[in-house]
Amino acid sequence: MKAVRVVAIAVLALTALTILGAYYLAPAGYEQQFRELPQATPSIHHPLGTDELGRDRWARLLYGMRVSLVLAPLAALFTTVLAGVVGGIAGYFGGCTERGCKLLIDLFLSVPWLFLLITVRAVLPLNVSPETSVTVTFALLGLLGWAASARVICAGAKDLMKSEFVWMARASGFSGFKLVRLHLLPNLRGALLAQFWISIPVFIIAEANLGALGLGVAEPLPSLGSLLRELQDAVMLRPEPWRLMPLAVLIVVISSFQVLLNKQEVRT
Amino acid sequence: MKRLCLFSAMLLLGFVSVFAQNGGELRFCLRSEPKTFNPLLVEDEASETIRYLTGGVLVRVNRITLKAEPNLATSWKVSEAGKRIRFKLREGLKYSDGTVFSAPDVAYTMQQLMDPALHSSTGDAFRSAEGKLVAHVISANEVEINFPAPVANLVNLFDTVAILSANSPQKEMAALGPFYIAERKAGSYIQLKRNPYYWKKDAAGKQLPYLDSIRLDIEQNPEIEAMRYKRGEIHLINTVSPAIFEKLSADNASIRDAGPSTDTEQLWFNQVPGSPLPAYKKAWFTSTNFRRAVSEAINRSDLARIVYRGHAVPAIGIISPSNKFWFNSSLKPHAYDTSSALHRLQQEGFQLQGDTLKDKGGNVVEFSIATNAGNRARESMATMIQQDLKKIGIKVNVVTLDFNSLLERMTQSYNYEACLLGFQNVELDPNSQMAVWLSSADNHQWNPSQKAPATTWEAEIDKQMRAQAASGDEHKRKQYWDRVQQIAWEQEPFIYLINKDALVAIAPAVKNAEPSVFRPQTFWNVETLALAR
Repeated sequence: MKAVRVVAIAVLALTALTILGAYYLAPAGYEQQFRELPQATPSIHHPLGTDELGRDRWARLLYGMRVSLVLAPLAALFTTVLAGVVGGIAGYFGGCTERGCKLLIDLFLSVPWLFLLITVRAVLPLNVSPETSVTVTFALLGLLGWAASARVICAGAKDLMKSEFVWMARASGFSGFKLVRLHLLPNLRGALLAQFWISIPVFIIAEANLGALGLGVAEPLPSLGSLLRELQDAVMLRPEPWRLMPLAVLIVVISSFQVLLNKQEVRT
Repeated sequence: MKRLCLFSAMLLLGFVSVFAQNGGELRFCLRSEPKTFNPLLVEDEASETIRYLTGGVLVRVNRITLKAEPNLATSWKVSEAGKRIRFKLREGLKYSDGTVFSAPDVAYTMQQLMDPALHSSTGDAFRSAEGKLVAHVISANEVEINFPAPVANLVNLFDTVAILSANSPQKEMAALGPFYIAERKAGSYIQLKRNPYYWKKDAAGKQLPYLDSIRLDIEQNPEIEAMRYKRGEIHLINTVSPAIFEKLSADNASIRDAGPSTDTEQLWFNQVPGSPLPAYKKAWFTSTNFRRAVSEAINRSDLARIVYRGHAVPAIGIISPSNKFWFNSSLKPHAYDTSSALHRLQQEGFQLQGDTLKDKGGNVVEFSIATNAGNRARESMATMIQQDLKKIGIKVNVVTLDFNSLLERMTQSYNYEACLLGFQNVELDPNSQMAVWLSSADNHQWNPSQKAPATTWEAEIDKQMRAQAASGDEHKRKQYWDRVQQIAWEQEPFIYLINKDALVAIAPAVKNAEPSVFRPQTFWNVETLALAR
């Protein structure tokens, strides 16, 4: 088990280094089109070949990881904090406050995301840079993705409020922020972390799907999501397994996070 | 004895070869559920396929020769420069339900088609002026149709008019074409069966069609359609994407490039005076030199070679060279020339400062190209144009929008800068382009619904378009249309990018197939298609 953890840490460290050193590791700019070499197979110059426009797949993967593995965790953190606050307040106070919070949660869960996002895209100006577009996309995901997690946190907080140790703490004079900090948050940590890790791949995939609405990452900036969208050409995959690399990277990185998470959960 | 054996063998072979021309079920896919089975209300491709396979028409345009051939009508005579047409009909024909066909059916169909309450887009093609159409039944086999004004390309327009029965209890489901609709499961398939009363016979006197039935599966995903074709589950694919074409070619599947189609892909700038764009951008987009500079900076050969993998040709103008009669052959492709592009921009006061182009007011030249999300070819073209224009200092932002949002921006709010879309040119005649090129037209995309032409060249196009529509002389019409093509080539309100090839897949089991670049590419001669056993 320890060896698996070491491997996970090594993978994450390597990923972080790769993301930071993308400029030095990429053989070309992610937007550079080698028009004489579209759909090239892997070679020394292009380790993962080139895409349909002749852009180096390795460079696009490096920069795509940078975009997705930085912005998706940020959006997941934002959504987890929102879920923790709303769910925590609902579970802590109960009664009318809980009913009010649950109404808000139900409202957010019942909102048709697709139409909301189409509306958001309609009001956004068209002339925005790819960097702004991707930031807006992940901010929206973070803002809209908290409701389901808040339900889980609410249920957890409510159970904790009924537990004997919380009763004893309250009997001993603990209340308000002190009770939350010393008893609720440490015991909700596992649930919050789980919601955080689950949100990351969900947001990466969601960003890929949002591309269909014009809300994803704009060309030529790559993201793991936009690279995964290329896998839609199922008929082409068998002879070009190297195109599966973005998917493999996503699985390895998320699995490594999960390995570390499990260990931390055991500790808590 | 030997002779007898040889004779028997020859007889058997002859029998097998005749048998091979008969029976069997042809299978292919529709990309969507047909929106209607009423042939007069057809607007979508799936409904058009059903109409083609089941509808009986007075004349049929041969998709190879592009000539109108007799069908339900044995002959016709056009008079008064296209204001009147008289058809002589075939005798003794019946609909698929046994109802007799005669001249009153043609009159009934034309009255229905031209009823303004029906809102038939097929009927719109015949509407050259205000007024009512009058259809006279001369005899049981002769009918005359009078239009309020001359109709250009009149005979060929009847290729899309499926004749309904005035008396059949089955109404529009009674078919005069080679097949009729026998079964349908919504969202899944449509089964067509051979029309037992179909009139046509082959050279040997055998009744057509050879096929017993056609099964049309509803399949939206072209990847799955290609896999089903590879597995032998379907026999035809009418339009194949270049990526799937290459994959199927590599797998030695039977697949053909029929040559450049009539479809175009084009880029245009928003020139609407009331659009919410800043004045300096409006000035760029209405400048002919700016548009031509952008056009010259786009490497169309690369677009054709990379995005369409060589299965496209750089576009020259409105009309594809495959439309041989109407194409203005004096026009040459726009050359890819960045230095000429920069020269044109300098003439307009633009200056390249470092890597950035600025206008005479010091504004950085930057605009967005919007296209519909989900169309990989258009997204790729926009990305390549982004890199091409970067070479002359123009910054382009590529935006993909869902189609409805894009349409709303194009037709209502006019809140866009440049747009990349394509046209499917089903009709070959220039009259079908009236809705695009008249300055008053709703589909005059760069500046629609103008009360008076905004520019002199648009006024000139209006004049030429009206002249061609009013003329019954094909050669004069060609001269007018050539002039329109010339103006469009010089002014480039639409920057035409490529003409896609018609890529089709036809299984080796399908006999007598002659793919055409015109719709319906693979089954235009469906009555003579046969399946090898």
